[in-house]
Amino acid sequence: MDENRPVKIKIEDLVLIFGKKKEKALQMLKQGKTKKEILEATQCTIGVSGASFEILENEFFVIMGLSGSGKSTLLRCLNRLIEPTAGSVYINGDDITRKTHKELLDLRRTEMSMVFQKFGLLPHRTIIENIAFGLEIRGEDAEIRKEKAQIALDTVGLRGFEDQYPAQLSGGMQQRVGLARALTNSPEILLMDEAFSALDPLIKTEMQDELIALQEKFKKTVVFITHDLDEAIKLGDRIAIMKDGVVEQIGSAEEILTNPATEYVEAFVKKVDRKTIITAGTLMHAKPTVARLGKDGPEGTLRKMRATGLDVLPVVNDQQIFMGFVWVKDAIQCAKEKEKTIHKILLSDVPSVTTEVTVEEMLPLISATRSPIAVVDGEEKRLLGIVTQNSLIIEATRFDEQDIQDLKEQANNS
Amino acid sequence: MEKTIDIGQYVAVAVKWLTDNLRPFFDFIKVTGNTGIESLEWVFVQTPFYIIIALFTFIAWKQAGKSIAVFTLLGLTLIYLMGFWEETMQTLALILASTFIALVFAVPLGIWAAKSLTANRIIRPLLDLMQTMPAFVYLIPAVLFFSIGKLPGAFATIIFAMPPAVRLTTLGIEQVPKDVLEAAHSLGATSKQILFKVELPLAMKTILTGINQTILLSLSMVVIAGMIAAGGLGEKVLEGINNLDIGLGFESGLSVVILAIILDRITQAFGNKELSK
Repeated sequence: MDENRPVKIKIEDLVLIFGKKKEKALQMLKQGKTKKEILEATQCTIGVSGASFEILENEFFVIMGLSGSGKSTLLRCLNRLIEPTAGSVYINGDDITRKTHKELLDLRRTEMSMVFQKFGLLPHRTIIENIAFGLEIRGEDAEIRKEKAQIALDTVGLRGFEDQYPAQLSGGMQQRVGLARALTNSPEILLMDEAFSALDPLIKTEMQDELIALQEKFKKTVVFITHDLDEAIKLGDRIAIMKDGVVEQIGSAEEILTNPATEYVEAFVKKVDRKTIITAGTLMHAKPTVARLGKDGPEGTLRKMRATGLDVLPVVNDQQIFMGFVWVKDAIQCAKEKEKTIHKILLSDVPSVTTEVTVEEMLPLISATRSPIAVVDGEEKRLLGIVTQNSLIIEATRFDEQDIQDLKEQANNS
Repeated sequence: MEKTIDIGQYVAVAVKWLTDNLRPFFDFIKVTGNTGIESLEWVFVQTPFYIIIALFTFIAWKQAGKSIAVFTLLGLTLIYLMGFWEETMQTLALILASTFIALVFAVPLGIWAAKSLTANRIIRPLLDLMQTMPAFVYLIPAVLFFSIGKLPGAFATIIFAMPPAVRLTTLGIEQVPKDVLEAAHSLGATSKQILFKVELPLAMKTILTGINQTILLSLSMVVIAGMIAAGGLGEKVLEGINNLDIGLGFESGLSVVILAIILDRITQAFGNKELSK
């Protein structure tokens, strides 16, 4: 990560207390009393207790925690949908907790937009009117509103749905509208509160991928709330893990998975069985070098193997459909016999999987064969990539490449 | 049992004080109110009956569909043929005027009650009182303040018919989903923008139900108001009662029912249209 980027959002000793006797509760909190003691003495609950961290410009920052951890509350302090009880929130170096109501409205209109779990669309307005709502609030002309909203609508891939009403759209599409509405204000900061949590898993994955693509294109500072570690790892440049209103750890996905700072984070990470999460789709080498059946003869195949340094190549037909594997020793034999094609040496009785198959499910497949596993799309079996046995074992055992090499040698020698 | 607590005397004193000291104020209201209602009545009565029938049939057809339109056409024609046209138009004018005034107070009160807990705490018991107090009781202060005639009729009607509109406005605004409100706030909407662009449109169906209830309650009160010479169908019904004239009672009663059904279906259709969006 580029540490030279300017700080976009800085949170300093942010405290949020729900209840009537906030002052007393705040004092007790400063004295180091526990949540329970404070609740008993004042009937106040602590939403966020003393969070301090920085979010850099263009960073994709994920705040993760279970429900009740204070993550959504913290997010709402960033645009003061909830008033912080104490502490400061700096945006571009400006303390927004000191801003007047009017300045705050201005900030919300131009600087930051928010996307909600339940979308928050206006049911009595069409899609295009919903998307233009932020501009309308800002007092822009109808002409400009329509133009900008149309651009945002196209960006999220909803062209043609302009005049529908939200209720006519699926959840995923409604959230696209929510995203488009947030984008039309061209804010520098996007606040996303469990934005994809209400969507079904397939749509969720799709939306995550699109958000990543959008982020690459627009380079916003994104603060994304989720309870799903998988999602956090996929999206976040850095992840903050929250528990009981306290930020337990901040770091990249890698750092958090490998060096959990507290027992809580560890428990969280442990619960995530990587074998059940990592799929063929993420593990595969996409667009591998292939031998083409009917086109590449044994010589051509050998040349490709030499060029890539592989001793096995997947074979596809002229429609990119996966047919099997060829091994280098068979290809050499075949070349000696002056065969014209590789039909004879094609091993077609090999496993293939679709992208969403997990490591755990793939493991049994490699015990029966030495060949890699082909990853194909579901219907037509077009080859998408291959998963090598090594990468599969690395993922499953967390041994590194050298360990596996040693183990293999040991096995071969004995 | 002997009467030990006499709340009634205080109420009587208060009302007497009001009538003695605010006489010019009440007179002013009476004159302006009467003028307003009578002009509206004049418009309805002077417009040829076929134009009114055509107009209502058209609105019913546009809003509520063919069957309600046919009912409106036949119902109003029946009223005309029974000879109650003028009374029906007087009643209609009184209902529309009362409903309009009731809504002018009810909708803002409902909004206020939804926004402020204190307001809600004051308004709610008042509404309970207004709704459960026997309707005839309102006739007494109405007469004391404004003597008899159209305006005291409208006054009693307004008090009696207002509560559902207040309640349903409050309910409608409280029912606006939190996430929609948050979204509007997050885009930097002012409270005025939130009210007019989010809360009122989303509460509209519920508010329209309230308006529908107000109209129907006005209709039931208008008949009672006939007792203080508010005119219209109410007086015909009373005449039927006083003379034990079952024919007259039934015909004028039937006219009230027809008017009620037409107004109910048309206003309900407005609400349903709002929903189907």
